[in-house]
Amino acid sequence: MARLRLVFSGSGGQGVITAAIVFAEAAVIHENLTAVQSQSYGPEARGGATRSDVIISDKDIHFPKVTQPNVLVCLTQEAYNKFYPIIRPGGLLLTDTRFVETARKVDARQRELPMYQTVMDQVGKPIVFNICMLGAVIGLTGVIKPASVVKVLETRIPGAFLEMNQKALELGVGLAESLN
Amino acid sequence: MEEPTTRFVQGNEACVEAALYAGLEFFAGYPITPSTEVAEHLAIRLPQAGGRFIQMEDEIASICAIVGASLTGHKVMTATSGPGFSLMQEGLGYAVMAEIPCVIVNVQRGGPSTGNPTHVSQGDVFQARWGTHGDHAIVAMTASNHQDLFDVTVEAFNIAETFRTPVILLFDEVIGHMREKLVIPPAGKIPLVERLRTSVKGGVDYHPYLPREDGRLPMSDFGGEHRYNVTGLFHDMWGFPSNNPQVVHGLLRHLVDKIQNNANRMARYKEYYLKDARTILVSYGSSARSALHVVKNRRARGERLGLLELQTLWPFPEHIVREKCETAQNVVVVEMNMGQVLQLVKQAVDDPDKVFLANRVDGGLITPTDIRNILRLIQGKGV
Repeated sequence: MARLRLVFSGSGGQGVITAAIVFAEAAVIHENLTAVQSQSYGPEARGGATRSDVIISDKDIHFPKVTQPNVLVCLTQEAYNKFYPIIRPGGLLLTDTRFVETARKVDARQRELPMYQTVMDQVGKPIVFNICMLGAVIGLTGVIKPASVVKVLETRIPGAFLEMNQKALELGVGLAESLN
Repeated sequence: MEEPTTRFVQGNEACVEAALYAGLEFFAGYPITPSTEVAEHLAIRLPQAGGRFIQMEDEIASICAIVGASLTGHKVMTATSGPGFSLMQEGLGYAVMAEIPCVIVNVQRGGPSTGNPTHVSQGDVFQARWGTHGDHAIVAMTASNHQDLFDVTVEAFNIAETFRTPVILLFDEVIGHMREKLVIPPAGKIPLVERLRTSVKGGVDYHPYLPREDGRLPMSDFGGEHRYNVTGLFHDMWGFPSNNPQVVHGLLRHLVDKIQNNANRMARYKEYYLKDARTILVSYGSSARSALHVVKNRRARGERLGLLELQTLWPFPEHIVREKCETAQNVVVVEMNMGQVLQLVKQAVDDPDKVFLANRVDGGLITPTDIRNILRLIQGKGV
């Protein structure tokens, strides 16, 4: 497989870092891939534009940071404004229609999905917005299976919330498929 | 034998797992970024494993607590970062002088002072060596990935017990915080060194500082069967203070020799493509990841580039560095400080003028591009 470099960005509390960890863990533990996850710490990670980097490959990964992502996810306008210039030409830019108004000036596949709205309509709880986003990323890239993410969620999330997360993941995958 | 366990964890958590694997029984610390997760995870995991975790009022108390706990017969550790490591220097010197096994983790951040708490640095290499006063030897080790970090942490406990010495684990923010795969080996896979206890029976005179023929000093759990003295002053075989020149001379030589004479045994390193390398990168910790990235990419294009990754920083493995770099035209030290290991490499090689520095000190992890730019300059290709 080609090395996939992803940047998940948004604001503190949206769960972008958790989503990145779940994604990378699923790749390593359940798909036998190599993955490295890192994130910004400190004042910039609290409010403002928070960011987590994930690299996935079937080979060793040495330099652990992402300078030019193939996949850039922006869940707020501020994150979009800050990070859209770093996307790798020909990459994938995923934004949420409710939070981000795109300027359409990048050389990338731009995908704007109503992830937040879909979660609010069908689940009614904003906390699984990040997992819906993860479903969309998986649907658009096909890099890992949704079932692998579910296996990780089972170890990290109290049983009572599992179904809600699974639903959100499926909604995300479905939104992505509607574009394909 | 049980199966290995595969986890996806931060470097700080890998350190915790390794410490538990090595038999850690007592941790005292004061949480500080970027080492906090070591304390956070041990606060949960150590009591589950039957050990004790204490959050102390500061780093001075933390190191004193682990030194005391070690004397009573337990494997101990503390974890901190630059400012806390500064406060620990007095206690560290006491552990050196009184020969008390302990492991001190320093997850490096930018300094001096409170510096750049959430960003990476490798500026404490010489603080680990000479941060505490007086003539002494010290052991400091590091790693660039979680599997090596696990092994090096277990080794730190083994060296601490074998040589009755503090061992410093000099990690950095990038390694501490990033997540990657860790395979925890089954119990028994990595040999562990347990405390060497005296065979002297209770009620019979026990000399805490009387070496056996092999130079090792059997310990007696403090507060247990034997009464003896422990001090930071120069001391005789009873542990009582002495300024007798012979005693002072003998003890200082012993403290230095027991580490320096075993430098080869403690030297851990990895080498990549060194045999025919014209340019050798020397690096350690997270910088070594960037260096390896460059080396592998350039090798694929046929460029004769190699990497010597150091895992033992103190005692500095100068013979190994000299030998490995002998035939290289250029040596480039890749590190995130103003040239600390650079000085050591310059001293180690025959021609110091062939040694260059590729560094970064702005809080960002040194990138492959940073290194490539230095290589261009050295190779006369301009910027």
